[in-house]
Amino acid sequence: MKSLKNHLSLIVALLSILFSLQTFIVVDRAIASYKQNLANNYSLVVVSKKRLQKDVIVSKNPLINEINEISPDTVLKKLDGDMKRKEREFLKLSLPKFYKLKLSHYPSPDEINSLTKALLRDSSIVKVETFSRTHDTTYKLLLLFKSVISLFAISVAIVTILLISKELKIWQFKHNERMSIMALHGAPIWLRSAVLFRLAIVDALVATFLGFLLFSYIASSAWIAEQFSYIGIDVVVFDTFKDSLMMFSVSMTLSIFLATIIVLVHKEEV
Amino acid sequence: MDKVIIARDLSLAYSKDEPIINKVNFVIDSGSFVFITGASGSGKSTLLKSLYGALKPQSGSLVVAGVELNGVSRSKLNFLRQHMGIVFQDYKLIKEWTIEKNIMLPFMIAGYDKVQQQTQLDKLLNHVRLKHQVGKYPQELSGGEQQRVAMARALSHTPVLILADEPTGNLDDYSSQLIWNLLEGANSSDWKATVIVVTHHIPESMSVDYKHYHIEYGSIHEVT
Repeated sequence: MKSLKNHLSLIVALLSILFSLQTFIVVDRAIASYKQNLANNYSLVVVSKKRLQKDVIVSKNPLINEINEISPDTVLKKLDGDMKRKEREFLKLSLPKFYKLKLSHYPSPDEINSLTKALLRDSSIVKVETFSRTHDTTYKLLLLFKSVISLFAISVAIVTILLISKELKIWQFKHNERMSIMALHGAPIWLRSAVLFRLAIVDALVATFLGFLLFSYIASSAWIAEQFSYIGIDVVVFDTFKDSLMMFSVSMTLSIFLATIIVLVHKEEV
Repeated sequence: MDKVIIARDLSLAYSKDEPIINKVNFVIDSGSFVFITGASGSGKSTLLKSLYGALKPQSGSLVVAGVELNGVSRSKLNFLRQHMGIVFQDYKLIKEWTIEKNIMLPFMIAGYDKVQQQTQLDKLLNHVRLKHQVGKYPQELSGGEQQRVAMARALSHTPVLILADEPTGNLDDYSSQLIWNLLEGANSSDWKATVIVVTHHIPESMSVDYKHYHIEYGSIHEVT
């Protein structure tokens, strides 16, 4: 029971850190997925006097992913009733060319400005429609989300530091006496610290395992999947290999760091 | 006779202020039994701490078992301590460990295997009459029993030098007598350990020859 209590304090601290971190990662993934969704649905319209060479336009800016010509047929259909076929063909030829530009990611207003300028440098392009008002509002909303998430990350970092420093004091108190007694009997530093490092490694492994179980369960929850599908995104809540590895690295680094600090600041009691 | 401790102009202090022990000179022969007495605060425990390297000499020279402790390296100090047995007034037992593990600490440090440790452990537990307390933790034992565990730990690796700081300070008569018998036994048996005991009172029932040093006003002198 006593031994369990010794382990529990660090395991709980590590587990809460892993939980916060994984939650932040999931939210960040959700935002990235939403942003990609927006990028897929967002496009610019370019109006040109003559037919454009697709590869020339794509090479103008790395942001441009693909360019597709918009067929004038949809516009001409509306005038269909009053026009003869010959007149319609003539009009079709005299109309400017319309292109839809797909982008590699959802751009910032600055990126849109520089892209518009780059396109307008081409003498045949007469207009670039960016739908800037809609775009700017959505972009600002995303920025707001990002800021909230960053704030959350900073809060997690502060809580982590507080938890770790508290744990450090508890551990120092708990292990200092034993390390001093061992030193008084001539134990070399590696032997004095061995128990501490063993405890740290075991606790890190247990915290990783519990974190793995917790997020595997959350990831399998139908309710979570439903929430993401409502906003039309598909998010990996828990990547078994990558996220487990991240959890393992974080908890192992933190607990070994903790043990190292205790060993370094240890002062022999006399 | 070999000298196990040689102190030359030795001064000891906890800060840069007035030294507690001031430029003392003394020599302790190997295999002798020594009592160090003095009033409270006279510096007896301070002197003992310096002998196991927990307090650096402020000045002068202190050689213990051939090792100069003024400016000693950590590895040399560890080596020296591995050949010492130290008994503290407050026992200094590791609370999270059973009494068996506490007794075996010097063996763990020396790298003995489990079988060798177990053989020695059985002998030691018999020696300090604690066989019936196997599996218990220090806080489950009385003060006298805890000091017997500390005693067993100090004797376990047959050290050349045993240092004891008020070993019977708060103990009942039975445990006190047992501790004195064990210390006398270590000194008079084949291994002939040098025993240095800091105490307020020298027991009347001592059966071995001993030397008596008294500390007063920062100096040490032999009582004859």
